[in-house]
Amino acid sequence: MNILDIFTWSLLTVTITKAIPLIYAGIGGLYSERSGVVNICLEGIMLAGAFSAVVCTHFTGNLWFGLAGAIIAGTFMGLLHGVLSITFKVNQIVGGTAINIFAAGATEYLIPIVFGKPGATPPLAFTFERQDFFLSKYFLIYMAFLLVGLTHIFLYKTSYGLRVRAVGEHPKAADTVGINVYLTRYLCVIMSGIFAAIGGAYLSIGESGLFSKGMTANRGFIALAALIFGKWTPLGTLGACLFFGFCDNLQSTLQGRVPIPSEFMLMIPYVLTIVAIAGVVGRSRPPASSGVPYDPSER
Amino acid sequence: MKVVEMMGITKEFPGIKANENVSFHLNKGEILALVGENGAGKSTLMNILYGLYQPESGEIYIQEKPVVIKDPNTAISLGIGMVHQHFMLIPPLTVTENIILGSEPVDGGIFINIDKASRKVKDISEQYGLKIDPFARIESISVGMQQRVEILKTLYRGAEILILDEPTAVLTPQEIKELFTIMRVLIEKGKSIIIITHKLDEVKEISDRIVVLRHGKIMGEALTSEVSTSQIASMMVGRDVVFRIKKETIEPGEVVLDVHNVTACDDRGLPALQGITFNVRAGEIVGIAGVDGNGQTELVEAITGLRSVKSGKISLKGKEITNLPPRKIIETGLGHIPEDRHKRGLVLNFSVAENFVLMEYYKSPFAKWINLSYRAINDFAQKLIGRFDVRTPGKETLVRSLSGGNQQKIIIAREIVRNPNILIASQPTRGLDVGAIEFVQENLLEQRRNGKAILLVSLELEEIMNLSDRILVIYEGSIVGEVSGEEATRDKIGIMMTGVKGEEEKGEKCVGAETVLPFVQNDEL
Repeated sequence: MNILDIFTWSLLTVTITKAIPLIYAGIGGLYSERSGVVNICLEGIMLAGAFSAVVCTHFTGNLWFGLAGAIIAGTFMGLLHGVLSITFKVNQIVGGTAINIFAAGATEYLIPIVFGKPGATPPLAFTFERQDFFLSKYFLIYMAFLLVGLTHIFLYKTSYGLRVRAVGEHPKAADTVGINVYLTRYLCVIMSGIFAAIGGAYLSIGESGLFSKGMTANRGFIALAALIFGKWTPLGTLGACLFFGFCDNLQSTLQGRVPIPSEFMLMIPYVLTIVAIAGVVGRSRPPASSGVPYDPSER
Repeated sequence: MKVVEMMGITKEFPGIKANENVSFHLNKGEILALVGENGAGKSTLMNILYGLYQPESGEIYIQEKPVVIKDPNTAISLGIGMVHQHFMLIPPLTVTENIILGSEPVDGGIFINIDKASRKVKDISEQYGLKIDPFARIESISVGMQQRVEILKTLYRGAEILILDEPTAVLTPQEIKELFTIMRVLIEKGKSIIIITHKLDEVKEISDRIVVLRHGKIMGEALTSEVSTSQIASMMVGRDVVFRIKKETIEPGEVVLDVHNVTACDDRGLPALQGITFNVRAGEIVGIAGVDGNGQTELVEAITGLRSVKSGKISLKGKEITNLPPRKIIETGLGHIPEDRHKRGLVLNFSVAENFVLMEYYKSPFAKWINLSYRAINDFAQKLIGRFDVRTPGKETLVRSLSGGNQQKIIIAREIVRNPNILIASQPTRGLDVGAIEFVQENLLEQRRNGKAILLVSLELEEIMNLSDRILVIYEGSIVGEVSGEEATRDKIGIMMTGVKGEEEKGEKCVGAETVLPFVQNDEL
């Protein structure tokens, strides 16, 4: 085959669609980490968002309510992570992992309870695919790019963005100039939950029209990798998400067309992720207080 | 006019009364020095004034009006500004961003007007003679500059009352002079300043009035011009303090530690030691002076085997120890009082007894096959607690709960009883109060009397000058000069600490490397 055959228009569009859930989750993670809370539970939040979106759409018959359901689930999950890691100062990796396990278990458990059949929900009668523009998945795609731009402006041009960055680097310094560290972190973690949940909703009501267990397939972790690869900046994260989307796509495009076992092809995105993070980034510096609970009495 | 008056302030932390019925006032246009030992409650009192802590009882008056300062925002709006001992600056952000943080000039409610902000920063800095680049990043400017940014932060918020918490601790003698000039300009422009310090010569130089705290209580107050340093010191400690340490002349013996042309890198892989050569002889204290972050940490780590040496040679009593594992080096006869006693000197969650045997737990009589003999360990601990007067409820007490001075006693006891040929003391009195400092210094001199070699690394020039027989000045990883203990003056060493080589003045041979590498900034605040 001609190697150029794979560089088609559809490669670009598929790359973008594969990147969209990563962008939502990655930008979500960015809010959390920039304020100093490591968010390893993006995966779990995406799952919860995907599931809630399907449930709400199923019972209301309205995709907007489905999206709202995802946002509510994301708010709740973000709040949960916030309570654990900000108020109770639980180790953020441990707390986040617990949330991931909780989300995977809860969604799987709830499928048969809500829909009567285990494993996956029945397909929805409506998906974003079959509606007009504002109800099409394109809406969510454009919104993702808009979100990146707005996040960039928020972080670097506004007073609140400066405060978020300050809290993530040196919370005590922020505290001494009157910034509420806990409130800032809570809001950021909740934003993080909301965006990751929308990323999950894109997968369920945006693309497949149903929810199946574990359907996010580690995209939350890849989004986290993209965030690191993108050096904790919105534009860098966007670039990294597109790159990972491309790798994912390359794998499916090349499958069957090159004489390599499909198992190896499936590894491509993950191998490239490791290579990218290990080598290409070089010294990427996380926010200095990322992962460290803030305790005002500590000197 | 009294710009600040605190009356009957009491603040308790679990187990300690940090402030007990403290009353004092600050007049407009004066510099008030708040002096006292570590743990006397100076910082607590100021943190109450700045709204970071709430007192259990007491009243505060600002500009003669009663106020309740519930958080730093309230303090700021009352015109109080505080420069903390550990700077509250965010390294990756710019000077302007750090200054405006929390009260940013905005357009449309949220968008930072960075031009307006930097113009204002520039205006204020010129007004008070604080030269600063508003667009420089904090991580790329010197500590002295960072302190200016902290002062600008308070002025930007309209502070009339400035609290400076141990402002000179991190500065070179030259930077201290500049700071004092700035403080005088501030007073001229009508500000009032409270300076927290325990350095008495600085108190004498800069302050108008002093207030002395001890164990959370006011011990006295006086006009600076009317008291002597030793009077202040005895008020601080509660007894007379010996300032001049008696040091008998000892003819140094054979070379114990020989460091030859050693190079090493710091944690980021940048050159930290650039060809260091010196030796320490028996019965001699060699002091390493320098501004923090010029390679002192790396030098000590290289000698003790905690950092790999890239080139050069280190020998102890003629035996090469370069890049040997730390245990091998210790067994060759090296004692180490690490600069960070919490990180390297002790296991905080171990008991006093266990910490005493950290170096020798694997040897008889403490170890029998794979078992530890707690009887031997406890006996040993009991003996040391008595001999070194460690104030602890018992040998089973967790080291975490002891005071800094007693923690340091444990380390010193442990290192000294092993009878090492060389003792590396890295900032051995950091954070200790006057009493504990006396103990540490007395023990170092005792070791010297016993004919041991001692390498003393300290940021306290006073300490280096008091104790050392020879003083080496380190700058950017090179030894830039050597002065003998008797000839040392603050100015002479201070100038060398900024990198000016000492050989023109003294005619001494400079042993530093010839190549000048880019200045390695110390980014740890």
